[in-house]
Amino acid sequence: MIVVALFFYLFAGLCVASAFMVIAAKNPVHSVLYLILTFVNAAGLFVMLGAEFLAMILIVVYVGAVAVLFLFVVMMLDVDFAELKQGALQYLPIGMLIGGIFLAELLLVVGAWVIGPGVPQAITAPIAAKTSNIEVIGLVLYTRYAYFFEAAGMILLVAMVGAIVLTLQHRVRVRRQNIPEQIARTPKTAMEVVKVRSGQGLGSNL
Amino acid sequence: MTIGLGHYLSVAAILFTLGIFGIFLNRKNVIIILMSIELILLAVNINLVAFSSHLGDIVGQIYALLVLTVAAAEAAIGLAILVVYYRNRGSIAVEDINLMKG
Repeated sequence: MIVVALFFYLFAGLCVASAFMVIAAKNPVHSVLYLILTFVNAAGLFVMLGAEFLAMILIVVYVGAVAVLFLFVVMMLDVDFAELKQGALQYLPIGMLIGGIFLAELLLVVGAWVIGPGVPQAITAPIAAKTSNIEVIGLVLYTRYAYFFEAAGMILLVAMVGAIVLTLQHRVRVRRQNIPEQIARTPKTAMEVVKVRSGQGLGSNL
Repeated sequence: MTIGLGHYLSVAAILFTLGIFGIFLNRKNVIIILMSIELILLAVNINLVAFSSHLGDIVGQIYALLVLTVAAAEAAIGLAILVVYYRNRGSIAVEDINLMKG
């Protein structure tokens, strides 16, 4: 039992500390790397909660895709980040105030919750004891939540198309392949048969 | 010394607050604001998974999966808009984004 508590405090402490460094780091590249550390530790918390599939998805999707995307954008944009950091302390008091109010309210809620009496009866998809986490998710996600699953796929498709449409640019100076013109070529338009007399060459009558 | 639901909810609350605090602290830098939004969504996910585990109901994890999808799509679109904006204006300062001001 002590090991469980130890691992919880390890993951939670690292998670919170690296989340703080995400917003406090001077260099955005360091921010992205701390964001990766936050997500890895959150995945550890998910494993402790018994949500192994979500933990792996968190690592694959966030660390593998989203964080790398952030890293690419941060490195691609040639921005003076030190200048953007100027005057940040100006917003520190109001940020502390609002953040403190939020944290106090949330911790008050955490300190005084009860599970409603009707909730345990309202559980619709109980986690069976002897099945693995991914099996339970698959049994529910592909049947009862199939429409949600397809909607998620549509959202990802629209996001992909939107990102490509936004960032694709046609440059004027770059010569691009003109496929209809290439397909429409025939031997008549592409070749010319010339008879060359011996000793005269092509000459000027071409 | 048992770790219960309250511990996980506390971690999620602290992460959520750090996300909001990050938006205030880095008001000029859009990239850090996007990362703060990711932190907020992660806090929501921890809440959903903690309740799912505590109640023994898998639906919470399904919803966490959907939140994850939306977060990934949001990051992709947000960064694409950021790249286009940088290409047009040569800066990503939030204060300069006032072209549509009425």
